[in-house]
Amino acid sequence: MKSRTPFYALVAGLFIAGVVLIAIQRYGYDVPLLPGEHREIWEVEAQVHFEATGDPVLVSLAVPDQPAGYLRLSEHTVSPGYGASVVEPATGRRVEWSIRHAAGPQTLYYKARLLLSETPSTLPAPAPAVPGTLVRDEAFRTSAEQLLQEAYARSASPFSLTRELLRNLTQPSLSDQARLLLSQASHAEVLVDLLARAGVHATVVRGIYLRDGRRQQKLETFVQVRDGDKAQFFNPRTGREGRPGDLLLWEVNGAPVLDVVGGVNSTLLFSMIKQYQPALEVSQTLQKADALLNFSIHSLPVEERAMFQNLLLIPVGALMVVLLRVFVGIRTAGTFMPVLIALAFMQTSLLAGVPLFILLISVGLWLRSYVSRLNLLLVSRVSAVIIAVVGLIGLFSVLSFHMGLNAGLKLMFFPMVIISWTIERMSILWEEEGPREVIVQTGGSLLTAVIAFLVMNNAIVKHVAFNFIGLQLVILSVVVAAGSYTGYRLLELRRFAGMREQLDVH
Amino acid sequence: MFIKPGELRRLGIVGMNRRNLRYIHTYNDRSRYPAVDDKLKTKLLAREAGIATAQVLAVVRRPHEVRHLSTGLPRHGFVLKPAKGSGGKGILVIRESGERGHQKSNGHWISDQDLQRHAHNTLAGLFSLAGTPDVVIVEELIHCDDTFADYSVEGVPDIRIIVFRGFPVMAMLRLATHASDGKANLHQGAVGVGIDMGSGHAVGGVQFNRPVACHPDTGKPLEHLTVPGWSAILELASRCYDMSGLGYLGADIVLDRSGPLLLELNARPGLSIQVANRQGLEPRLAHIEQHAPTGLTAAERAVYAQRAFGHAAQDHTAAGDPAPVTDIEAFG
Repeated sequence: MKSRTPFYALVAGLFIAGVVLIAIQRYGYDVPLLPGEHREIWEVEAQVHFEATGDPVLVSLAVPDQPAGYLRLSEHTVSPGYGASVVEPATGRRVEWSIRHAAGPQTLYYKARLLLSETPSTLPAPAPAVPGTLVRDEAFRTSAEQLLQEAYARSASPFSLTRELLRNLTQPSLSDQARLLLSQASHAEVLVDLLARAGVHATVVRGIYLRDGRRQQKLETFVQVRDGDKAQFFNPRTGREGRPGDLLLWEVNGAPVLDVVGGVNSTLLFSMIKQYQPALEVSQTLQKADALLNFSIHSLPVEERAMFQNLLLIPVGALMVVLLRVFVGIRTAGTFMPVLIALAFMQTSLLAGVPLFILLISVGLWLRSYVSRLNLLLVSRVSAVIIAVVGLIGLFSVLSFHMGLNAGLKLMFFPMVIISWTIERMSILWEEEGPREVIVQTGGSLLTAVIAFLVMNNAIVKHVAFNFIGLQLVILSVVVAAGSYTGYRLLELRRFAGMREQLDVH
Repeated sequence: MFIKPGELRRLGIVGMNRRNLRYIHTYNDRSRYPAVDDKLKTKLLAREAGIATAQVLAVVRRPHEVRHLSTGLPRHGFVLKPAKGSGGKGILVIRESGERGHQKSNGHWISDQDLQRHAHNTLAGLFSLAGTPDVVIVEELIHCDDTFADYSVEGVPDIRIIVFRGFPVMAMLRLATHASDGKANLHQGAVGVGIDMGSGHAVGGVQFNRPVACHPDTGKPLEHLTVPGWSAILELASRCYDMSGLGYLGADIVLDRSGPLLLELNARPGLSIQVANRQGLEPRLAHIEQHAPTGLTAAERAVYAQRAFGHAAQDHTAAGDPAPVTDIEAFG
């Protein structure tokens, strides 16, 4: 015997390659393993309103690049008459609208579709604020330093310092110093300035709360405080610590969110809706964006894709035939005819398909027995049966249509030539070996076809076969492995059951 | 109803998958298949090797020759066979011909036209393995040896011998019954009778996988059956290996009044022979692989098999595993 090692290596190689491919698609591109999985998608719309003064207008809006905890699936702008473009300077991604002449109220829209994702993303760490640049005023400086000294003495780390400062800035009865500071700048700005004076790296970040169906939402301001590698969010108005789970960070670079040149009274409002989209569509959007995987079936036109979907199920059917023949030992008329019948069942549905198939074979056999009396050559006879089968299918289709049954129309999906040959061989089998053998073989074929159909028509199998090309390799490895199975078939255990009494003899 | 795989393995039964992979794929070279799949080639090879086969009366190769088929055929019976038929498909046995047409082995009469249609079907490849065009062989009718007169109905019994690497390992007599319509195919209802390799005595019969003691139609007890000229038959089977080059082979032999004739060779012999013999093939095949001497002539191999696999030899070994035959000199 030759060494079996290369064989096992081949089987294992195919299997592993298939599983790895599946894993890449599952985890790299988030293709769901089960059909019907849904993903949460947020459609966020930013509206910029302003009054144009009649001069050239330049509007610059900060937009999120890859917001933490989300993946941007798509984005677009709606702005009649405006030129719009996305620019990416070092201070973050921005949309810029421009127009030579505009007057009166203007509204510009930016829409983005965001996918909630579990992959954590790191926040950028923009340059720390320069201390003392917020307000260059002696009274402000003195108040700030007093407030800071007090808090510094009662704290041990950047975070605890922040907490102390926030307690001073948010308590109901404000101190004189705090009141002075807050009269000149916002909570967030004051906090960042104070922390910068203490050498603590803090930045203002802005975000919106994602709440389904909300409109006219404004940006919320947070302060991100850093301590080495760690970062903590603080709400400067309430003093609450931590980053809310439903907060979408819109601007994290400390740059101005909205800049309008040539307009006044600008406002920025957000509205958002939550959608549940089939996970598959989402991952297709992701895969399409990737040039490498764009080579996949999903890049084909829809019609070809539907055809491919059926093609990719043929290996599954072939696998079922292999399993049923090698491990069970079912006899079929024509090795892979059951797969073709199963494919036809997928069009007609099982309930209509099985009776139609039996009807077709029975009427075909009956016709064939008449044709045999004409004493024809084989090729003519089979051709005559093919024509008769086509005629039968036509007749059944018209009849069932007039009886209001749509299933009859699907009959044309039956492989007519194959069925004609089957009828011919069955008829010979009938003459030579009797009806019993015909029933055994037709029944075996039908049983195999039904089992293959049930597997091929399974929503999960369909989904996996179509979306995970790696499955084909896994099937190939199983088929190849089954090809070297030398054990008994299930039906042989019955065939040789009579041998049991020999056990006592020995 | 079912037997456990472990029990079946203990009995040494070879299953279909194992037969295909372990024996047929390993020992049967693809290039040798045409010699057995085409009965005309088999006959030519057999003639070269000096092995007797049924005499060919005519060969029909083209459709226009079919018209002349019924002229010059013997009245006392003949057989139409597809050269590439499998599993006994397309074999038409005519007992006698006369005014009423041709009488089939089951007693029915058919016309010249029916005969010609059968020939046309055969030529078109209806009975051949892959549906390829075929030729019709017209053979003389084999007259069954009188020994089996009471044991076969409507057909000639044949002896199937599995020959492994030139050694006959197991044999079975196949008796046609009314249920099998005169055919000697076990799955159609023929009775399979296991034959003791040593003596040629029957060791019990099966029909439809169930043990039977008597022929179901004639009621004759099977245990009294002995195949005459057993050693010569085994030698003939051994020579089929030299002639075909197939390591795992089924030789079908009939006993004509004139002596044993090779009917056909089979590169994929079935497994029912194990049921007929109530023994698995595995121990015997393993014995040949491990212990059998090489370089023996066909006659020596036949003797070796008789001694290694005969019941007399097997009684000495407890587990049913044949013991190696050591006194090679005895073959001289």
